[in-house]
Amino acid sequence: MLRLVWGILFTSFCLYTGWVYLYCDEEAKTTENIHPAVTEGWNLWQQNNCQSCHQLYGLGGYMGPDLTNIARDSTKGKPYMYTFIKHGTGRMPAFNMTDDEVYRIIDFLEWVDKSGVSQVPAEAVHWSGTYIIDK
Amino acid sequence: MPLHIRLYTKFVFLLLLATLVFGLFSSWAYLYPEVFNKYLPFYQLRPMHTSAALFFIISAATLCIIIFHKNTIGRDATTGIFEKTFITTWVATILVIFIYYSFKKFGGREYWEFPAWLALPLLLSWVLLMIGYYKGWLKCADKKPLYIWMWSTGILFFFITFIEQNLWQISWFRQSFLRELTVQWKANGSMVGAWNQMIYGSSLFLMVMISGDKTIALNKKAFFFYFLGLTNLMFNWGHHIYNLPAHGAIRHISYIISMTEWLIFISIIQSFKNKLEEARKLRHLLPYKFLVASEFWVFANLTLALFMSIPAVNRYTHGTHITVAHAMGTTIGINTMILLGVLGYALDIDKKINTGRKLFTRSYNLAQASLLIFWLSLILAGIIKGYRSVTLNINSFQQMMEPVNNVLKLFAVAGAGVAIGLGIIVVQYWQSMSDSNSNVKDVK
Repeated sequence: MLRLVWGILFTSFCLYTGWVYLYCDEEAKTTENIHPAVTEGWNLWQQNNCQSCHQLYGLGGYMGPDLTNIARDSTKGKPYMYTFIKHGTGRMPAFNMTDDEVYRIIDFLEWVDKSGVSQVPAEAVHWSGTYIIDK
Repeated sequence: MPLHIRLYTKFVFLLLLATLVFGLFSSWAYLYPEVFNKYLPFYQLRPMHTSAALFFIISAATLCIIIFHKNTIGRDATTGIFEKTFITTWVATILVIFIYYSFKKFGGREYWEFPAWLALPLLLSWVLLMIGYYKGWLKCADKKPLYIWMWSTGILFFFITFIEQNLWQISWFRQSFLRELTVQWKANGSMVGAWNQMIYGSSLFLMVMISGDKTIALNKKAFFFYFLGLTNLMFNWGHHIYNLPAHGAIRHISYIISMTEWLIFISIIQSFKNKLEEARKLRHLLPYKFLVASEFWVFANLTLALFMSIPAVNRYTHGTHITVAHAMGTTIGINTMILLGVLGYALDIDKKINTGRKLFTRSYNLAQASLLIFWLSLILAGIIKGYRSVTLNINSFQQMMEPVNNVLKLFAVAGAGVAIGLGIIVVQYWQSMSDSNSNVKDVK
């Protein structure tokens, strides 16, 4: 009996895992392949461990701000991002990156921004306590 | 005690000490970056702290299984070879990871920031552990006790989730940022469940040993909660990514499954009186003190987790220090307490720590009291951040964080208390191993 319950649970887990991989992002099937500049920026993001201080969708360290939608912030924008990444601030160290590397990270952040909005609007909260998010 | 297990035990204690020291420095680097940025910036200290903590928890969990499975599952002639090869590869890879960190060489995802290729020797060593363990498990005639189920489940699911955690290295997973992040946090969330299975299994084994009552690892209620935990391991990882605009079903499934944890919550309250009675009888045992502490922290963190699992509440807590409170509350309050209890039992500290008993109790009390302040200050910091970012919608990060950083000063002071308290206990454990008569207690 115990083995049967375990087997059913494990099978459900495998099926759910496959479904998550294929369908968690419904729009992914229709989008074009990721641009190499974005991949490069993503790798630089990890190599410089930007996630230690910054969040994307609220995931990451809390030393600096969440950068999911920085690219669409009309008060900031590309020159603002360039200056911060290139020269750092009192709290953020300068990483001595080349201009090319800085722009690749900006490419990555612009791509992340297109995936959705990090902050869930109040209207998305359903009466049952869950969210209904329109992408 | 065989030499390789003795050395592995010392390595585990060194990892815990490293976690405490790097954690302490990280909190200062967070508060005073202008002092640390030049030589030891926060982005370097944080992975050193988190990786040391993760590797301490996982290594200590495997150490407990290695120590105990001789008397539960049994060993054959080859078990020792697999154990030794696992320990050598595992320890060597972790040392290489820290060498990379010391040169600011990163490349992986959050919590596993080391260059990606180092995942391969870690995986290889885990496979060796699995072969050694499951060889004994297959031959074992009595697989009924729940702790054997839990160890077997934990070892298997760590293997699965570790592979899943590295799927980002396959380009298909990176075609969509939402997919990559979903899979990443699916793996991370379930991996926590995997090491909890290993650790709770050892905790249950310890309770059987202390009480001499084998039925607590055989009764139906215990198995019911095992399957409930397993279901949560498999399907309740979505609360990490509630705000992600991924498929809504992930959110709803996780929300529903997480609400089953209320059953655990109710069960803890129901068994409170019995636990109190048990605590009165066993309070003279030093390892038991850690189990009592872990019971409290399970209750506190479960309460927090239940609220965080409601998306409408998660909207205020996600991306704030409340999630840090939960992460640190569980890893220090639950995982570390259980592991110190189990290892203390294995090292027979009740007999070894005679003259230092008073110091031990004081350090234990300091660690618990500091951890409570540490945990509450993180929750308070999270509430302030959540309120200022979601309700007041303050756009300037500096302005939003101003009152939060004041609360975090209290967190840093309390963190020093945790580090000193646990640090002294670890040193006492270490000294008990240096005793010429020292040996791992033969667990019967």
